[in-house]
Amino acid sequence: MNLRPRLIAALAIFVGMALVPPVAAALGDPFLTVIASRMLVFAIAALSLDLILGYGAMVSFGHAAYVGVGAYAVAIGARFGVTDLLAQMALGALMSAAFALVTGAISLRTRGVYFIMITLAFAQMAFFFFVSQSSLGGDDGVALTARSTLLSTDVLESDIAFFYTILAVLVLCYGGLYRLTNARFGRVLTGTRENPLRMQAIGYRPFPYQLTAYVIAACIASVAGVLLANQTEYVSPAYMAWSRSGELIVMLVLGGIGTLTGAMAGALITVGLEHTFAAWSEHWRLGFGLLLVLVVLFSPDGITGLLKRLGVGPRHD
Amino acid sequence: MTEPLLQVRALRKSFGALAVTDDVSLSVTEGELHAIIGPNGAGKTTLISQLSGQLAPDSGTILYDGAPITRLDMAARVRRGLARSFQITALLPGMSVLENVSLAVQARSGSSYRFWRPVADDAALSQEAMQALDEVGLADRAHRPARALSHGEQRQLELAVALATKPRLLLLDEPLAGTGGQEAEVLISLMRRLKDRLTIVLIEHDMGAVFALADRVSVLVYGQIAASGTPGDIRADPKVRAAYLGEEEEGTPDA
Amino acid sequence: MFNLFVLQLLNGAQFGILLFLVAAGLTLVFGIMDFINLAHGVLYMVGAYLMAMLSALTGSFWGGLLLALPATLVFGLVLEFLVFRRLYDRSHLDQVLATFGLVMILSEGVKIIWGAAPLSVSMPDVLSGSIPLLGPLRYPVYRLAVIAAGLASAVGLWALINHTRAGMLLRAGASNRAMVSALGVDISRLFMLVFAFGAMLAGFAGAIVAPILSVDPGMGESILILTFVVIVIGGVGSIRGAFLAALLVGVVDTVGRTFGPILLRMVMEPAAAAQLGRTLAPMLVYLLMAAVLFYSPTGLFGRKAAR
Repeated sequence: MNLRPRLIAALAIFVGMALVPPVAAALGDPFLTVIASRMLVFAIAALSLDLILGYGAMVSFGHAAYVGVGAYAVAIGARFGVTDLLAQMALGALMSAAFALVTGAISLRTRGVYFIMITLAFAQMAFFFFVSQSSLGGDDGVALTARSTLLSTDVLESDIAFFYTILAVLVLCYGGLYRLTNARFGRVLTGTRENPLRMQAIGYRPFPYQLTAYVIAACIASVAGVLLANQTEYVSPAYMAWSRSGELIVMLVLGGIGTLTGAMAGALITVGLEHTFAAWSEHWRLGFGLLLVLVVLFSPDGITGLLKRLGVGPRHD
Repeated sequence: MTEPLLQVRALRKSFGALAVTDDVSLSVTEGELHAIIGPNGAGKTTLISQLSGQLAPDSGTILYDGAPITRLDMAARVRRGLARSFQITALLPGMSVLENVSLAVQARSGSSYRFWRPVADDAALSQEAMQALDEVGLADRAHRPARALSHGEQRQLELAVALATKPRLLLLDEPLAGTGGQEAEVLISLMRRLKDRLTIVLIEHDMGAVFALADRVSVLVYGQIAASGTPGDIRADPKVRAAYLGEEEEGTPDA
Repeated sequence: MFNLFVLQLLNGAQFGILLFLVAAGLTLVFGIMDFINLAHGVLYMVGAYLMAMLSALTGSFWGGLLLALPATLVFGLVLEFLVFRRLYDRSHLDQVLATFGLVMILSEGVKIIWGAAPLSVSMPDVLSGSIPLLGPLRYPVYRLAVIAAGLASAVGLWALINHTRAGMLLRAGASNRAMVSALGVDISRLFMLVFAFGAMLAGFAGAIVAPILSVDPGMGESILILTFVVIVIGGVGSIRGAFLAALLVGVVDTVGRTFGPILLRMVMEPAAAAQLGRTLAPMLVYLLMAAVLFYSPTGLFGRKAAR
């Protein structure tokens, strides 16, 4: 267990990102801060997915649904006069928790390819639910008139203040998940990933622990969704499209599954790459997909293995 | 004599047309070491799996401490003091030796829905886990990853994990599998110490170990109990010699 | 009202048949190789695009169809050779990632080659128009032909699986892969055939649906997820399950969209019924899936021990 270097790496990410706004100001390129905000939002989402996929070995292909639910919590909250960021986060987490509790309980009765397909299907159900809500813009989604308020101030209207707010939330999520994964609960979750049969043979029933982790991950993802809606000032069903769930998995794998630092790094890298590729060509997905296929094919144990061999990857312990 | 700790009545389990456990009845008295021997494919592991709750029998009853446990799952049986080890080592390979054991301690001491306090700071957990490791002689390996242990050490760890659940009845599925020479001797002397304070059901191919350790022996052939008695009785039983021991003396014990 | 119901039932059956054609190959792939393929939906899309291109090229629907079938078969073989066969022994996660990458490549590739705007394919004259059905009710000939073609494929598939040696191996493989390997069968070749054949069926579905739907780059993704629902309900590896589940999903989805609001209007005011109907209708099949899973985690015809 090489925890210290990982903590230092996480700290380096936080400090490095904290320097983005001043650097952007010095370069006269405020757009850098906007991209960095997006990176941080997806880092939160990737952290949450890592809890279930990395630590819990539950390959959920529907995680973007919870990001989307969080985003809609902003639109729904604003409609009913709830504009406070924290209140919207609470609303999003509540909605996500309810959805995750029901669909997770059904999905977790299954394994392997079933679990992957079912989480994907439930996410699609959520997608269609919001597509059919014409009062929320239906297919097209709905533009927000303003960012959320924070403690009755409109401080978040400043891109820089908003950036640091996201960074603070990311640090909190990282800290919380770091504690959780090293606490009793995290050990049970990791143990279940390593060998569910063994866990049963020492007296655990994996199901309630896995479901709890699933719900926690959904809540954190919805927090990312609340921030995403504010970052784009737009809410749309596209946030929960299945390809978004796929991108979240790609982030994890690029950064290293089962390590919180890796999840964050993967999100930063992926969002960064997408922006770079997108600037080159509108068909950037072609290159991105090709990269993905090649890396998986020509690294015998997947992307993590490739990184491991390059000496920068995570280890599974 | 008091009521037996474990009583198996008319247990049956089939896979398709194959009756793997065919009307098995068995009783294990508190404090004894009851060995179950039999040729490969006799259904020994299937029997242990039903006793431990990993497999559900088609019919029959299992009584533990006077109460039926046939419908309880594995976790519930472990909590009542019925632990098992696996023939094919089933550890948590990526976790440390100490973590493997302390998870078993954790399962029976306090809630696992604790999200904040680092488990590494939980002195009570580590202490109990270290005791179990001490008992099997793995204390100096505590911080190694489980996958880095030698095969013999992994077999010792299997035992330590089972012990850490604080069992009253221990089901050991070929604890000596794949070990030889000194590794086997370490494990045999360990079992000798354990049988003084625990009730043990032992499945084993190593006849030397079985006859050295067992208080009673049952012979399982084609899913049925062919004979049951003291080691002396079993050794003398011509049926058993024909069906099983003869083959065993010539062939090498199989993992 | 009754006529509308019959009409929707037929539409549902037609949709279900298409779902079955896409699901058939995929469920075998899942069942035999324990392999998850997210790129199966794009094969349906590729089939439709090839149909659009080839029918325009030959100037005839039939010419297009005749060429599109072997083209998708070859396309499936090439994909299997280049990508899939390297993934069979990998973790589900690797399979998900690589096939997800493939979806990105193929969707984008289609956009580059044919553009993002929807294409259309014209119906052959023989199959255009409609025929009378039950009094005043008329039904498009083409949709009936789709149902007939799908049923014929299903029967052919059934015969193939139940009355040929390859089919016997497939059935055995779907329930016990180790056993088939033990029989000394070249499992990788068997799988290559299954895969390519499945690709062709999906491509066939895409090709025959092209005249009634618009051919666009998103069509593969929406059908993929419904196909998953079909496979989950029917049980992984079960052709029979896929057939029944596909019809069920097709009918529930189609009939639900029309009759859901009508039924709701009987118990609540029209405006609320309309909104609730709009909300519930697209969710129906997923709720159906949830209900089936709640009852049996391995679907209607799945193996009891799901992995």
